[in-house]
This record gives sequence, structure tokens and C-alpha cells, in this order.
Amino acid sequence: MNNDGVNNGRRRFLIATTAVGGGVGAVGVAIPFVKSWNPSEKAKAAGAPAKADISKVEPGSMIVVEWRGKPVYVVRRTDETIGFLEGLAADLKDPQNTVTDQQPEYANNVYRSRKEDLVVIEGVCTHLGCAPKLYAEVKPESFQEDWKGGFFCPCHGSRFDLSGRVFKGSPAGKNLKIPPHSYLDENTLIIGVDEENS
Amino acid sequence: MSKMSDFMGWVDHRIPLTATFEKHMSKYYAPKNFNFWYFFGVFAFLMLANQILTGVWLTMSFTPSAEEAFASVEYIMRDVEFGWLIRYMHSTGASFFFVVIYMHMFRGLMYGSYQKPRELIWIFGMFIYVALMAEAFMGYVLPWGQMSYWGAQVIISLFGAIPVVGDDLVTWIKGDFLISGITLNRFFALHVIALPLVIVALVFLHIVALHEVGSNNPDGVDIKKYKDEEGRPLDGVPFHPYYTVHDLVGIVVFLFVFCFVIFFWPEGNGYFLEHANFEEANGLKTPAHIAPVWYFGAFYTILRVVPDKLLGVILMAAAIAILFVLPWLDRSPVKSWRYKGWISRINLVLFGLFFILLTWLGTQPATGVYAQLGLIGTIVYFAWFLTLPIISAKEKTKPVPERVTG
Repeated sequence: MNNDGVNNGRRRFLIATTAVGGGVGAVGVAIPFVKSWNPSEKAKAAGAPAKADISKVEPGSMIVVEWRGKPVYVVRRTDETIGFLEGLAADLKDPQNTVTDQQPEYANNVYRSRKEDLVVIEGVCTHLGCAPKLYAEVKPESFQEDWKGGFFCPCHGSRFDLSGRVFKGSPAGKNLKIPPHSYLDENTLIIGVDEENS
Repeated sequence: MSKMSDFMGWVDHRIPLTATFEKHMSKYYAPKNFNFWYFFGVFAFLMLANQILTGVWLTMSFTPSAEEAFASVEYIMRDVEFGWLIRYMHSTGASFFFVVIYMHMFRGLMYGSYQKPRELIWIFGMFIYVALMAEAFMGYVLPWGQMSYWGAQVIISLFGAIPVVGDDLVTWIKGDFLISGITLNRFFALHVIALPLVIVALVFLHIVALHEVGSNNPDGVDIKKYKDEEGRPLDGVPFHPYYTVHDLVGIVVFLFVFCFVIFFWPEGNGYFLEHANFEEANGLKTPAHIAPVWYFGAFYTILRVVPDKLLGVILMAAAIAILFVLPWLDRSPVKSWRYKGWISRINLVLFGLFFILLTWLGTQPATGVYAQLGLIGTIVYFAWFLTLPIISAKEKTKPVPERVTG
């Protein structure tokens, strides 16, 4: 075969442009496949607020409310454990709530709640998503001798205080998330809504 | 010419059937000194076939939705004729697949089967291993029990450790803001279609690469060095019929063990099917003790050995990634541990024992002495890889025989 008439420059140019064109096309085709993995409209819509009656939550106990499929803990702290919260700062990873996504502005305080006693916390460990367990009593626990009440995650041993703030030495890095919430009246909590009239 | 050879001639003119059979079976010369450890490649093949066959049958009765998945597994167990058997073949098969794969990999470590010129065989094998882990993980989610749900929660959350994009990536993988039926349905698709295709393709490449360079053997000597006048390796025998028949004996013994577990011990004391998974998924309540199935134990222990999310994930990923570069970490002039020095041999045994320890620790709570053992095990695991280039290059090796020894 005679290759004398071949224009190598043009051939290389055509190969390169075809490859680039094909590559752009492949990326374009990939977009719908990648995007179809995003939460569907149905999944996005399934986020109605949840109401809870809090009149029967005794000090030192909690109820679990389901909101957007996640467990939300509503804990009433005892006066004793409320008194400890200020003093724990030295043992905490983030006592000042510096990660602003983890709580609404009105919960950016030592109680991480609207009320001193009642705290509303997402029961989803910030390590790998397990549900931490409440150990409300002030007594030595197998995971910590001088335990002053809080949450312990059974999966990987993360520890949180009763404000959901993570202790140093835990695999979790962030404090537990405080969901938007407000009170319709003395006994009714609504989760997922910041203000009662919104 | 008989009718049969006429027919074969007709076929061979159209597709290289005889030539392919000869190349890969009847004229593929395998070293004659294969030992016990060389059964595990063919066992892995058998388990792959078992998983595909039983898997196809299970999809016929399984419903991949959050509402019905758990009940449909119970339906398979109670109402479908022989459903219990097919399901136990599949669930026990997964554990046996990993036992076999771990033995197969350890064989590679003992006899240096990853060394030049077999680096690509090892790398394809590692890709199979990683794909198999993904396949097993997603399969475990499907029955939608408590451990399915919370195991998925933990494993998917690992991606959340990636800086900046982590949280969005987790939502993208779940297809929802929590693990839901949407996640289950997509895992079903990946488990029964996408990943099996990938695994089968990788197994094909693994075998093609193996047959290109030929099998290693317990002595790690090249059998192609000495050939007879017709070019057949003196220390090799045709794979078919010699090893096909030989492997059948191993398969029979293997199936005895496999059937014993299927019939008498399918839950494996909670190691093959975890007790918590007999309770339907509940997104509001984590089981008191979360543990992966045993075959992920070692990497799970490494994950939780450091009290930092990102560092834990990096360590775990590194523990898997470092296996890929093994062919370049071992700088020994000899392949088989038979001719390596004492330090290498002792180190490899220790490495194997500590891997078993890490695997067991992964199924236990990470507190007290377990946590400390996990840390020691993790250090030994990485130390083996990191010291390998120095030890293998420096130590005195024994002379390798010219021909295979037994």
C-alpha cells in the first residue's frame, strides 16, 4: 500500500478532535446516570414536621420521636446534670458549638436547646450514623469512671454529654445535630419547624 | 473421518473451539507439584458459580422494597419449595467464598505468586476481592434486618469522612436523606446485575493473565526452563485431564464441608447470619452491638482503632490499598517462602495469625483489652508490608532448585 499521499498532521488532528468530541459526549451521557442517584422528588417531599407530647417526659428520661425517618431524642435533664454542663468544656472537642450546621442559632448555647431542661437532639452519631444510647444517670459506667450523664454510642464508643456535645477521645468529630424545633404550647413540641408561626 | 470430527471441523472453521480448549485445558501445562493450597482457585470458581445460580433463583421470590424485603425472605424460607436450601446455599456460600478467597490469597503470599511476571494476575485478583466485598456488603443489606440496616448506615457513612464532598456523597449513594427503600432497591440492582458482571469480567481477565504466563508452584521455579523435544515443560502436566480430575476430588471433600454447614450450622453461631438480622430493620433503634459479618472483621478493626473518623477511614482504605502494591514491595530474588530466610517465613506466619486476630476482633466490642489488641494487630499488619522491602532485599536466601521438588 502506498502511504505517500497521507497528510499525517491532518490525520492526527482528526483523531484528536474525534477523541475529544467522543469524550465530551461520554461525559454528557454520564450526567443523567449520575444524577438519577440523587434523592427523588418523592424522597425530598417526605419531610413533614413531627409533633410530640412532652408532658410525660420525666427528668432523667427521654422519648424518641421519628422525624424524616431519623430518631430524634427529647431528653429532660435533671437539675444536677444541668449544673455539670458548664464545667465539662475542658473535656469536649467543641464546647463552643463552632460548627454552625450542627445546631440552629437559638440552640447555640451551653444547653444547645431553647429550654434549660429539655433538649431535642438527632439520635444519629456523627461518627458513622448509629443511634447513641442515653446513659442519664450520674454514676460510673463501663466506658467512663466519672460519668456525668450523656450518650454513649454502642457502635464505636463515641461519648456525648447531655447537650449532645462530643467528648475528647471519641471517634466522632462533631457534636450531635440539633434539629430545627419549636414549642406550640407548654406540652407540645414540633420538630422540623423553627418558629411556631412559620 | 467420523461424523463427530466432521462436525468439529465445521465448528473449528467458524470459532476456535478446539484451539481454545487445547490452549486453556488439554495443552495448558500446569506444574506437577501443586499441593493442597492450589485447590482454592478452583473452589473460588465453584463458589462463584454457586452464588450466581442460587442468586438468580432467590431473585425470583425476593421483593426489593423496604416494606416487603424482610417478609419476602421469610417467605422464601417457609413457603417456597426448597427456598430455605437455596437461601442457605447463598448465605453460606458467601462466607465460604471469603474463606476460599483468603486461603487463595495466602497461598499467593507463601509462594510469591504475585511476583514478576504475575503482577497483573495479583492486581486483577485484588480488584475481584474489592468487588466481592462490595457485592457481599450490598447482598447483606437486602434481607432488611437490623444488621442489614445499621451495617449499611455505618458503611455508607464512611464516605462522609471525605472532606468537603463527603455529606453530599453519602446522600447521593443513599438516594435519600436516610437509608430507605430507595437505597435497598438500588443495592439490589447493583448486587444482582452490575457487580456480578464486573466480577465475572475480572475473573476472565484473571484467568487470561494466568494462562499467558503460566501457573506458579510451591517451589516458585519456572517450569518452562526445561522442556522436552516437543516443547512440553518436563515438570508440567496438561491441566486436563490431570488437574480436572485431581480438582474433582478436592471439590467432593469441599462440598462435604459446605453441605454440613448448610444443613446443620447455617447461621454459624451468628458469624454467617448475625442474630440481630432476624429482627426487621428499625431506623430508630441501633442494636446494642453492631458488628460486620466476619469477613470484614479485620478491616473493621483497623477502622475503629483510632478515635478519629477521617483517620480511621484513611487507615482502613490504606489497609486494602497496600495489598495492591505487594508485587513491588517484595524485592526478594526468590518467589517461594521455602527458599526465603527465616525472618520472612516467621513474619508471614505472624501476619496470617494477626489477620485472623483482627478478623475476630472486628466481631467483638472495641473496648478494653480488645481495643489494645486491635491497635497491636493494626501495627503488625502495616509493619509487615512496610518492612517487607527491606527484609526481602537484605536477607540471605537459600538456593532455588532447577526443577520442582515433589
